[in-house]
Amino acid sequence: MARRRRRQLLLFTSPALAFFLLFAVFPLISTIYISFYQEDVFVGLKNFVFLFTNDEASERLLYAFLHNCQFFLIAASIQLPTALFMAALLTSGRVRRMTSFYRTLLFIPTTLSVVIVGFIWRLIISPLWGIVDYPLLGEKLTALPTITLMSVWQYLGIPMVFLYSALLSIPSNIIEAAQVDGASDLRIFFRIKIPLIAPQIGIITILTFIWTFNGFDIIYALNGGMPGPDYATDVLGTLFYRTFFGWGADLGNQNLGAATATVIFFIILLGTAVYFATVQRRLKASQL
Amino acid sequence: MIQKKHRFQFKSKNLAVHLSLLFFVILALGPIFIIVINSFKTMEGIFTGPLKLPNSETFTFDGFKRAVAQGNFVRNYANSTIITLGATLLTVTCSCLAAYGITEYTTKLSKMIAGLFTIGIMLPVTLGTIVIIKMMVKFHILNTHISLILVYVGIFVPLGVILMVTNFRTISNELKEAARIDGANEFKTFLIVLPLVMPGVAAVAAITMLPVWNDLWFPLILTAGPKTQTLTLGIQQFVGTYNNDWQALLAGLVLSAIPLILLFTIFSKQFIKGLSDGYGK
Repeated sequence: MARRRRRQLLLFTSPALAFFLLFAVFPLISTIYISFYQEDVFVGLKNFVFLFTNDEASERLLYAFLHNCQFFLIAASIQLPTALFMAALLTSGRVRRMTSFYRTLLFIPTTLSVVIVGFIWRLIISPLWGIVDYPLLGEKLTALPTITLMSVWQYLGIPMVFLYSALLSIPSNIIEAAQVDGASDLRIFFRIKIPLIAPQIGIITILTFIWTFNGFDIIYALNGGMPGPDYATDVLGTLFYRTFFGWGADLGNQNLGAATATVIFFIILLGTAVYFATVQRRLKASQL
Repeated sequence: MIQKKHRFQFKSKNLAVHLSLLFFVILALGPIFIIVINSFKTMEGIFTGPLKLPNSETFTFDGFKRAVAQGNFVRNYANSTIITLGATLLTVTCSCLAAYGITEYTTKLSKMIAGLFTIGIMLPVTLGTIVIIKMMVKFHILNTHISLILVYVGIFVPLGVILMVTNFRTISNELKEAARIDGANEFKTFLIVLPLVMPGVAAVAAITMLPVWNDLWFPLILTAGPKTQTLTLGIQQFVGTYNNDWQALLAGLVLSAIPLILLFTIFSKQFIKGLSDGYGK
């Protein structure tokens, strides 16, 4: 009986497992494996030593990493409060039948491709049209924050919807009890609702972290594989692309690319692990 | 009197909420609106008054005509459709089967498999790209629709499985037992309960379609050839050539965005359910 159940389980799960293991897990593990090779010869940590000690390579890696941190910090610090505010408005019970109307409209930017988003905003802020008089994308100082804001504009819908669902799932008797006790809407929101949805706020933060550190599209769509001005918008994703695919006169190197991917993978893994071990555990505990 | 005042307060608060939401709606849709109105204008109209609505003098369909006539436009549209539908169909099928297996035959192993898929949701698969290219070269399917479909199923099947597991859990055992007593085998039983999880299927389909249609990375790397190019990549290259045909460019962008905006507007409920149930675990 137990054996039959096991066989049925494997039968039903094998197509999904096959796709997942073959096209997601295997390439990742194999990438780590080939990062220890150069032209089919085992070289140990040589690729990593190059990435971290070669003057140009290490500078690129460090700047790409710092740009990712900047991207994440700007995106998270604007996206989360704004999305929370929007979700709070939608669940305030004051828009009633219009709720789904607003929710759908507010989500539309998220359904666009980065190519469209990049183009729309580049056009709007282009000096050609004269709405903005400053070359936001052309200056080193403003280029990355500008692209980050474009990305925030596009993806705001995801945390909004996510927090909206979280707020809706709060049992209404808790809120009613607080109302009976005479608590104001604002007080209920900050003292009861936010602590209750803290785990979801945490999850969406860590997802933003993973997505931004794995990000590539918006930068490539706007600035190509060698993101200017003077690498000011280069992130780990574009650096990875350049390392294995090459760009312009630079030839790509698969094994160095694999080593770059491995470094990025460990940054993401470390960030996620630290987060789950410290913050998320405390959030879950306080909820009980 | 007191009641009247209270009512007024209530209404003004409602108004404030509506106005705040309206502000966000304008912020979200304004830029899109600008692109749409300019796609219906003549070149002169686009540059002399980018924020003006098209009038009898500046209104034209020329951009749309030229965008569609552009060598690859229709083919790219077809490519994107094939790839998106193929990946979605396969993801949904595999997810349903696996989720049924996981909920129906609970053992230690089933919990391990479910755990594996939960981790899979967050896996940054793009970092395995170099090996994916090598695999596709080895299978002789680089520059084919199949290569993209296979990768997308690998990426999105974990989310699909986890979403479907929550859906299959809600089905009572009675129906399944009744089917088995009637002599249905396990696969037949699966088919009998499948209609009950259709809302979940719609959620998985919606949440798979969006990133597949809009993806830039894998089309750039696996199917950059002119015959298999997707719409998103085609538009990217169109933009990237610094083409001066702004009319065709704007019209092309509008046309490429329409299918997903339509789909999302229709299936927004399923999509939102998929998003919050899938990542919220």
